[in-house]
Amino acid sequence: MKKVILSGLVIIGFGAYAIFHHNSETIVFSSKNNTSSSQNSATGSNSAYKDGTYTGSAADAFYGTIQVKAVIQNGKIADVQFLQYPNDQPESQQVSQQAMPILKQEAITAQKAQVDTVSGATQTSQAFKESLAAALAQAR
Amino acid sequence: MGMPITIEVADPQVAESDIASIFDYFASVDRMFSPYKKESEISRLNAGELTKKQLSADVRQILQLADDTKKESNGYFNIAHKGKIDPLGIVKGWAIYNAATLLKEHGFHNFFIDAGGDIQVSGKSEKGDRWKIGIRNPFNREEIVKAVLLENKGIATSGLYIRGNHIYNPHKPDESITGIASMTVIGPTVYDADRFATAAFAMGERGIHFIEKLPGYDGYMIDEKGIATMTSKFERFVIKE
Repeated sequence: MKKVILSGLVIIGFGAYAIFHHNSETIVFSSKNNTSSSQNSATGSNSAYKDGTYTGSAADAFYGTIQVKAVIQNGKIADVQFLQYPNDQPESQQVSQQAMPILKQEAITAQKAQVDTVSGATQTSQAFKESLAAALAQAR
Repeated sequence: MGMPITIEVADPQVAESDIASIFDYFASVDRMFSPYKKESEISRLNAGELTKKQLSADVRQILQLADDTKKESNGYFNIAHKGKIDPLGIVKGWAIYNAATLLKEHGFHNFFIDAGGDIQVSGKSEKGDRWKIGIRNPFNREEIVKAVLLENKGIATSGLYIRGNHIYNPHKPDESITGIASMTVIGPTVYDADRFATAAFAMGERGIHFIEKLPGYDGYMIDEKGIATMTSKFERFVIKE
């Protein structure tokens, strides 16, 4: 009897330890029963949150978005779920695997070269056309 | 399409009637696609007067090509906006490319066709040189900020339109594109350069990295502060001053 209780205690202890030190990079989970020494490394403080489920805004992680949902229980972060992740899109999967190359930059300067023709965006102005049409309509 | 078209043919045997047929082709494209013409197929499609099945083969082809480009650009190339279709970002390059094919069928191999700043070059100029193409300063239409030498390539520039943002980020359709003033892409054909310049512009500052990773394409992106970022092999085209 004693042995069973002892091993049971060890298992519970280990479980609490495992949860407490679970590595999810920035958030440390707090065990439900352990309210006194949980840490909140995300904000670096022990200030209490209101219980509930909160979804963060989608943040641009360059090649995808990241959105997290935080579950607060007993005033502390109890769970964090990733709702979107850069690896959702195949394009971003490629990027996660390799560092972004550094591309050459320069301040633009006017060139004197004589060219055959020029590439540039067409600047059609629909507003101008509409305004002109309205003005002409009044002129009739 | 309401844009200036310039065709220069260096082949000595060219006659004005040859060029006239190319302009006729552009006029027919305008009749099919112009959103400013109520009778165009696109306007009628947008007004609900035509179903997709009733469209001509060319218009249906454009819709298919636009769909392919959307997939290739992770959705950043999108001709649908607020329920209307505006295929300008792909029709221009496609039409110029078709016009270039027509010219070649007429026996001409040394020319450039420039429609609204998107250009297809073929062969050499009269002096036997590669065609010299300038990249316009997005902040001053009278200036060029780069000059490139191109042979059998297409070049297209996407930028902000005065009437409001013509190009949109489909992931954030209500946000205006901020951060970059123009995106110039050099590709194997003007059709490809046009659609990828359109897509890359919609990506904002990330666009140049999209072009960098596309084999066979080069790009020159100018941000709102006048700082340009170029792909790693872009400088092989540049005329040094």
